[in-house]
Parts: sequence; structure tokens; C-alpha cells
Amino acid sequence: MSDVYLDHAATTPVDEKVLKAMQPYFGDIFGNPSSVHTFGQRADAALQKARRSMAEAIGCQPKEVIFTSCGSESDNLALRGAALAAREQGKGTHILISEVEHHAVTHTAQQLERSFGFELDYIPVDKHGEVDPESVAERIRPDTILVSIIHANNEIGTLNPISKISTLCRERDVLIHTDAVQGAAHFPLKMDDLKVDMLSIGAHKFYGPKGVGALYVREGTPLIPVQTGGSQEFGKRAATENLPFIVGMAEALQMAYEEADQRLKHTQKLRDRVISNVLGAIPDSTLTGHPERRLPNHASFAFQGLDGNLLVSALDVEGFACSSGSACKTGNPEPSSVLLSMGYDRGWAKGSLRVTVGKDTHQNEVDAFLDVLPLVVKRLRELP
Amino acid sequence: MSGGVDSSVTAALLKEQGYQVIGMTLRLWSEEHLGLDNRCCTTDAVGDARTIAGQLQIPHYTVDAKQIFHDTVVSAFIEGYQKGITPNPCLTCNRHIRWGFMYQRARALGADYMATGHYARLHENQNGKVQLLKGVDPDKDQSYVLYMLSQDDLRHTLLPLGGYTKKEVRRMAEEFQLPAAQRPDSQDLCFLGGDDYRDFLLRNQPAVHHPGPILDTEGQKLGEHPGLAFFTIGQRKGLGISPPRPHYVLGKDPERNALLVGTRDELGETSLQARDVHWVSGSAPDAPFQAEIKIRYTAPAREGVVTPQPDQKAEVQFPEPLRDITPGQAAVFYQEEVCLGGGIIQGTSP
Repeated sequence: MSDVYLDHAATTPVDEKVLKAMQPYFGDIFGNPSSVHTFGQRADAALQKARRSMAEAIGCQPKEVIFTSCGSESDNLALRGAALAAREQGKGTHILISEVEHHAVTHTAQQLERSFGFELDYIPVDKHGEVDPESVAERIRPDTILVSIIHANNEIGTLNPISKISTLCRERDVLIHTDAVQGAAHFPLKMDDLKVDMLSIGAHKFYGPKGVGALYVREGTPLIPVQTGGSQEFGKRAATENLPFIVGMAEALQMAYEEADQRLKHTQKLRDRVISNVLGAIPDSTLTGHPERRLPNHASFAFQGLDGNLLVSALDVEGFACSSGSACKTGNPEPSSVLLSMGYDRGWAKGSLRVTVGKDTHQNEVDAFLDVLPLVVKRLRELP
Repeated sequence: MSGGVDSSVTAALLKEQGYQVIGMTLRLWSEEHLGLDNRCCTTDAVGDARTIAGQLQIPHYTVDAKQIFHDTVVSAFIEGYQKGITPNPCLTCNRHIRWGFMYQRARALGADYMATGHYARLHENQNGKVQLLKGVDPDKDQSYVLYMLSQDDLRHTLLPLGGYTKKEVRRMAEEFQLPAAQRPDSQDLCFLGGDDYRDFLLRNQPAVHHPGPILDTEGQKLGEHPGLAFFTIGQRKGLGISPPRPHYVLGKDPERNALLVGTRDELGETSLQARDVHWVSGSAPDAPFQAEIKIRYTAPAREGVVTPQPDQKAEVQFPEPLRDITPGQAAVFYQEEVCLGGGIIQGTSP
């Protein structure tokens, strides 16, 4: 029922330029990049061009870019691949992740603990959902093999001080991975600045297609493939490459880097408008996540005593698509675990709302939303 | 929407009639540790409802009602059995969950009406009152479980299936190409997840295991029962006694914790008292009247005289003894097609 899309942290539409760039690779250039013949050679050329383009954007060598099927797969490959490689090399078994990781990290780490004999510890966050580098340093042990800290949280938008964390990890000879699926859509991330060993991205957050992602793996990082088979992706990920989607991702990332400044200015202006209006107009509301160090398009709130799932449903009927950290399509209103770990009580943690604007969101759309939201919140709060 | 045939066809029909339709599915309570989902809202059922809504191109939302469903419907079910009655949780659910919690939320989402897949009809008469009528399919009529709806509820309710038989509804489901067309009808209570209610009670209220005597009409002890909650009026099997002639449960005496049994010819009562009586029209008739009365959802209607009494009570007299009058179930009053109201059976002797 929605007309206005304010859920860009969930996914974005494929940009027309991206779609156009992908088109030839469904038909004219359909070869398998591994084939000997010229069909394959032409496909391989496009594949390597996409890899070079991505490497150039993020500031790394082409061979450090591993194409995957999505951000979640990148997280899986990073954690499971690095942990199992450490096992093969007879290194330690201790893994550290933050309390506010995406499930792709949390559930992979938990499986490593449960089924593969690794030991998992969680790094707490402060009331803004931010990881303190010192608390990472405190928890690193001689047998720690891997730290994974989310670059920017999807639910609350808070940015983490990744370069500080990676510096202290590297000093201690511990691998550092970051899930930058959200952040890479907004900031022209450079690997030299972040200094991480591995970084996950997914194309559909920055106007690329769904079903394609990448994992940056610093040269020399021990990693064994999770998906075994052929020797594609430097032996780190078997499968015939999804060429049209990879080309689309490269195009979308390039655009995101080129337009980064203007997108950031545009979305940040709208975001700040949302934040100041909501907090001003709605009683018993609070901004969740960091007030400044947050994704430029990301406004997230908690409303006391509200069912976030119902709020998102009611907003949809009114024509606005948003999301809630405590909502899912099956209507299970578990309080958001992210908000709970930030110290919110259940009465607040069930009533979260996430509003994420995009590069093509208009101010009048945001204003229409801001007119409706206080009324909907009031109406739902009046329910017996 | 449950993902089943009836609610799916309901949505499809309304959409076809030009309504702007929103699908809603409630998440209801179930015993989580058992891995048994509440039949009405398994993850599958929610997924099915969403799929069907997608096919019909209507929005669909799932609303959580776990807590309130447990605190009203399930608690009343357990407490009722503890008190020695045989509660009908569907009645509690319709009153408090469907036409309470869900209705309020549907209205909050902007809906003017709430539609369900019940087999019953609504008709506005000359006085502007909405009448509740039986569904045209005599095998499926569900007006019995709706007798408690108020005029305000009925005015904001749509029951598009009441004019069809189940067979016709299944055929329409096929015509609409709804995946649920051949799904079997649901039978048991949704939160039992297919389990026996006795096991459910034992897990959730171990105190229902409360052995006591089985007494015949002479007051003679014929055996021991494990707990009154495990028996219902008219029940013959599972008594664990072997008198020369088959014995049936005639009643329960909670004060003595006794199960009262008797032979077939001792079964049956000629009157019943009902409490919490609700009149669909909004006001009680001022004189006794002849009616057809249903004492269970599945029981055939029987002739009798209903006498409205103060304090939302009523007495019903039957010309001949009627079996299976069960405290906790509803007695629902009809004249021809019209459901006049009903109440919860309190007892059989004044």
C-alpha cells in the first residue's frame, strides 16, 4: 500500500545505469569466464574489469576482491573461512564479536562455537550501540584468532571506530573483519584507512542488484573456502561467476563513490529533518544509536509502549514503508536485541522504528511522512 | 487470514466486490517448548496467508496477540476445566480477541469493517438493527460462535461466506486459484496443536490431576476418577468402571470432587440456566418465547421455551429431556434463521 519508500537500509532499487550496464551479460556476453574459447574470454575480461573497478574504488589489489552472492555470504566466508584456516594452522580458537552484529555474523560465530569447538565472546556496546576499542583490546587473548565488528549497525545506524579497532588488532596479530554492508553504501571506504583484514559488502544496499556481494580479503590472510568446487575467485569461492550481477555491483559501487558527497549531503539533510521533527512532535520518543556518528541516511527511534510491528503496518497503510528492529513479516514482536544490549528496557525495545532515506527521496515525501507519523503513534497508543 | 480456504475466499470475494482489502493474521499463543505451533498461526500459516494476500494483491499484516490470547482465552480454558465446566474457548476468542483486540487494531489501521470467513449472515432490518442469521450451509453454520456480537460489532462486520455452502466456497477457491482450496477443515482447538486437551491441561495445570469418587445416582461409589477436568457430560468411554450396564457422565459435583454417572435412561435434563446472556438485538425480550436452542456448536437445534431473566440470565425449558447439556458451553437461541442471542450454560437445576 506504500507509495513512499523510507526503508533504504533494507534494500534499494537498482539504478537505471546499473541495469543498463548489466544487460549485455544476460545475452551477448554470456560465456563462462573459465572457458577456453572466446565466449569465455570475453566474459572473463568483463569479470576482471569489474574486479579492477571495485579494487580501485576501495583501494586494494584486484586479487583481494572475492565476489560472493551477498553480504551475508561474505560474512559467512570471512568468519568460517578464517576460523577453519586457523584450525588448519593449529592456531587458537577464540573469536570476538560485538553484541550488535548482523545475524550473518552472530549466527555464523555461534555455529562455530556450537558445532566446531571455537570459543566465542561478545564485546559490549555503550548506550549508543558503539564499541569502545579499549574493550576490544581488553578481551583479546593470546589464543584470539579473529575479531569481527560491524562497521555501521543496520538497526541503529551507529558507526564504529573500525580503524582504531583494526590497529590494535593488528598490533596483537589478530585478524579483524568488518561487516560494512551498510557503511559501504554511504562512505567511500578505503582499505588503507580502515586497515582491516576482511570487509563485507552487498550490492543491493547501494542501488545494485540483490544476490551479489563481495568480500575484501587482504593479501596473505589465511582463508579456506566455505563453498568448495572449482578454483574460481582465487580458490576462495567455487561457482561460475554471476557475471551480470557482478558487473552491476561494480557499476553501482563506482557510482556510489563518485556521487558519495552529493548523496551524503542530500540524505543527511533529510535524516536530520526526520530526527528533529520526530523528537519534537512525539512524546516518549527517543533517537536510538549515536546522535552524530551514524549513517547519513539513517534515523532510528524507540517509542515507549508501542508495538513496532503494528506501527510499521499502520504506516504502510498510510503509504509509508519503514521498518522496525523488533518487527518481522511473521509479526513476532521480540524486543530488539540490539536495543536490549544498549540498555533499553523491553517497554522501549519493542517499539522501534527505522526510517532510512535514499538518494532519490524527496523532501516533500519526508514532510508528508512527518505529518502522518505523530498521528499514527497517537492512534496506536490509544489502543486498549 | 489463516492461510486456509475460508478466510482466503473471503478476501478474494471482497476484493472482487470492490472493497479495499487488508489482510490480517494474528499470532496466537502456543506451548513453545513442545515445538507444536498454534494451528491458526504456524509460521507456515502466516507465510501462506502472506502468499495468498500477495496473489490477491492486497496488503497483509501480522499482528501479535500471543500475550492477550494466553491471558484471556487459554487461561479461561484452564480455569474453566479446573472449576469443573467444559469451556468453549472459541467463544472467548471471538469476544475478546477477534471482535476485541483484532477489531480495534483493524480499525486503528484505518479499516471500516472487519471481515471473517464465518458461515453466518447479517441482515439489517427495518428498525436499523443488524440481525445475525444462520449460514445457508446447514453443515457449516457458525452463527453459534458469534451470538455474543454487539450491534456495534455487527455493524462493522462483513461475513461474505454466509450465503454459500462449503462446497461452493471450495469451488470458488479453485476458481480464484487459491493454494488453500484443498486444505482440510480445521477441527481441534488451535492452541492444542493437534494434541489431546487432557495432556495439555496436565502440562499447564498439573492440579487438574485430582482423583475423586465416581458416584451413581444413588450416591454409591463405583470407582475413582483421575480428575473432573478429564470428563465431559454425556461421556461414556474412559470411565474405568465396569457396571453391568453402560454408564454415562451425568454431571460433576465440584464440592465433593465427584463425577456423577448414570445409565442411558438417566441422561438428559428438561431445563437449563444460562448466564452472561447476550441478546443480538441489544435488548432482552420482555416475555418468554418459543425458540430453537443449540446447546453445543455441533448439536442439532431443539425446540424449547426461553425465559429471559434479570442480571443477564435466562432459563430454557425443553418439552423432553435433552442429553449433553454441558456447563461452560453456550446455549444459543434461534427463531428460524435468526440467531437471537445466547448465554453460557450454568447448570441444569434451578
